[in-house]
Amino acid sequence: MRAPSETGRFGDYGGRFVPESLIPACAAVETAFREAWADPAFRGELDLLLAEQAGRPTALTPARRLSAELGVEVLLKREDLAHTGSHKINNVLGQALLAKRMGKTRLLAETGAGQHGVATATAAALLGLDATVFMGEIDIERQALNVFRMRMLGAEVVPVTGGTRTLKDATSEAMRQWVTCVDEAHYCLGSVMGPHPYPWMVREFQRVIGDEARAQCPEVPDYVVACVGGGSNAAGTFAGFADTTAKLIGVEAEGGAAIAFGRAGVLHGFRSYLLQDENGQVSEAHSIAPGLDYPGIGPEHAHLNDIGRARYVVVSDTEVVPAVRRLARTEGILCALESAHAIAWLIRAAQTGELPAGSTVLVTVSGRGDKDMATLMEAS
Amino acid sequence: MNVEKHLRGRRAEGRSLLVPYLTGGISADWTRYLTEYARAGADAIEIGLPFSDPILDGPVVQEASDRALRRGVTVRGLLDEVAAVDAGVPLIAMTYYNLVLQDPGFCRELAAAGITGLIVPDLPFDEAATLRTAAEDAGVALTLLAAPATPPDRLAAIAASSRGFVYAVSVMGTTGTAFAESGGRVSAAVREHTDRPVLLAFGISTPAHAVTAARHSDGVVIGAALMRRILDGGTPEQLGDVLASFRQALDDSVVPREQGSRVPADRS
Repeated sequence: MRAPSETGRFGDYGGRFVPESLIPACAAVETAFREAWADPAFRGELDLLLAEQAGRPTALTPARRLSAELGVEVLLKREDLAHTGSHKINNVLGQALLAKRMGKTRLLAETGAGQHGVATATAAALLGLDATVFMGEIDIERQALNVFRMRMLGAEVVPVTGGTRTLKDATSEAMRQWVTCVDEAHYCLGSVMGPHPYPWMVREFQRVIGDEARAQCPEVPDYVVACVGGGSNAAGTFAGFADTTAKLIGVEAEGGAAIAFGRAGVLHGFRSYLLQDENGQVSEAHSIAPGLDYPGIGPEHAHLNDIGRARYVVVSDTEVVPAVRRLARTEGILCALESAHAIAWLIRAAQTGELPAGSTVLVTVSGRGDKDMATLMEAS
Repeated sequence: MNVEKHLRGRRAEGRSLLVPYLTGGISADWTRYLTEYARAGADAIEIGLPFSDPILDGPVVQEASDRALRRGVTVRGLLDEVAAVDAGVPLIAMTYYNLVLQDPGFCRELAAAGITGLIVPDLPFDEAATLRTAAEDAGVALTLLAAPATPPDRLAAIAASSRGFVYAVSVMGTTGTAFAESGGRVSAAVREHTDRPVLLAFGISTPAHAVTAARHSDGVVIGAALMRRILDGGTPEQLGDVLASFRQALDDSVVPREQGSRVPADRS
C-alpha cells in the first residue's frame, strides 16, 4: 500500500475537505508526520514506547480447536493483548509522540465506544499531555465504564448533544473544537479517515500489526481478514500483506456497511463511500458493535475495493454474538464485538466452502470483549 | 442577478454591505423571511441548504439545520420555493459539499431557482477547481472563505479565485462564536489582494459589532444572531425589524465621500 498522492488521494478517494480555518493545521500535521516518519530517532522512540508500554509485539496465536472444527488453518493476530485492550493504542502513541514533537500540549479526540478515547487518555497521561475527548451523549450513557476509565486517566470527556449524539457527531464536534485551539492542540483522530494526512498517517501507525504478522506467519496466508468500521485495524493488517498473494477481506457491519450500501460522498474531510439518504443527508449507522457504528469508511479501503485488491463483505448483528461465544469456547479468547465480525465471516465462509478446506487464514482480533459484557448479557 | 456586480454597485453608493443568513425551510413560511430581509435593507441574502453534519456551524445554526431537516426539507423542494420568490437582491446558497456532489446539475438548478451565488464551507480553495468550473458555466458565483489562519500566499490565491465577494471568517471558530475585535485583520488582509467586496462574518450579533466589523471590510454577514431569534419564535416581520436596526447602524456610521466612494466615519 503506497503513500497517497500529493493531494491525499487514494484513487478517487481521500482529499482534504475541511474549512479554510483548518487547512494550515492539516498541512502542519502532514509536514510534521513526513519529517518524523523519515527520522530514525522518532521511529526508535515510538518502537520503544510500543514495546515497553503497549506490549508489542502482540502474539500470533494458532487457533487449533477452531481450526479443527472449521477445516481451515486459522491464525489470530492478537491486538486484544495490546495495552488498553485494542489496536487503538498503536495509532495514539504515534500521534501523541508527533504532537509533542510539534510542541502541542493537548490532544483532542472523538470516540464512539470509548476505546480510542481510553487509548488517547492513556497516551496523554503517559506523555504529560492534556486530553479532551468528545463523545456523543448516547454513547456516554451506553459506555459508562469507558467514560469513567478516561476520567480516571485524567482526560476531560465532553458530551456532544447535537445531531444523532453518536460517533459521527462526536467527530464533527472534535473538528469544530480543533478550529478554536489549533495552536496548542493536536487532533488525534482515531481511524484511517478524516482529511489528508490522517488516513495515510493512521495506516502507517497501524501497519505495525501487519508487519509483525507477516514476520510471525510461517508463510504468506491464503486469506487475511479484519473487521472494518473506519478501517484502521484492517488498514494496518493489510499493509503487511498488500504486496503478497494473500486475498484481503474486510468485514463490514451490516448497519454500517459503507461499501456495501453507501455511495460516494464527502464527510469529515474526506471523499469515500458513505451511508446517506437519496438527498445526500448522512445516515446514522446502527451496529451491535459501537466501534463499527460509523456511516463512512476510510478512503484507502474505498480504493482497494474499487481496484479489486481487497474484498469487503457484510456480517449481520445476529451472526456476531454466536461468533464471540464460539471463539471464547474454542480458544479461550473473549473478543470484542467488532473483532467478532471477522470471526463470524470466517465461520460462515468455512461452512459455505467459500474458504476452501485447508486454506490458511490470518484474522486480526482487534480488541478484547470486556467492554461488551453488558451488551452480551442482554443478547444472551 | 449577478452577485459581484450588485455588491460593487451598492458599495459604490457608499453603503456598508449587509448580508443576512437564513436556514432554508426553518418554518413553513420561511421564504417570508427572505422578503422581510430584503425590505429591511439586505444587499444580498445567504440561504443555508441544511445538511446533517454542518462542521463549520455552531450550536444555533446546527439547531436550525436539525429543525429544518426534521420538517423533511430537501434541496429540490427548497429551490422550488425559492424560485417563486422575488427578493430584489441576489440570493446566495450556503451548503456543504456532500449535497453539492449528489447532483451533477447542482449549480444549474441553483441558477434556475434564481440563486446566483454559492458558498461551500467544507470545500477549500485547493479542492474547488471542479466546482468552480461548473459554477461559472451556470452563472453562479462560487465564493471562497478566508480565515485568520490563512497564510498570505493562500490569501492572494483565494482572493483571486473567489467570485461574488470574499467571505472573511473573523475568528478561529464556528458560526455564532463570540465577536472578536481583531476579526477585522482578516478582511483587511484580504483587501490588500483584491478590490472585490470583502464581507466579514462570524460572531457579529449586534449592530455595534457590525459597525466595528465594517471599519475593516465592505460589510458583514449576520447569521446565528438572526437564527437564534427565529428559533425562539421571531416572526418574519420581527426579524425584518432586527435587520433594519443593523442597516440603520451601518448607514449612520458611514460618511459619504466625494466620487461615491465610502469611508466609515471614524476611519481617517
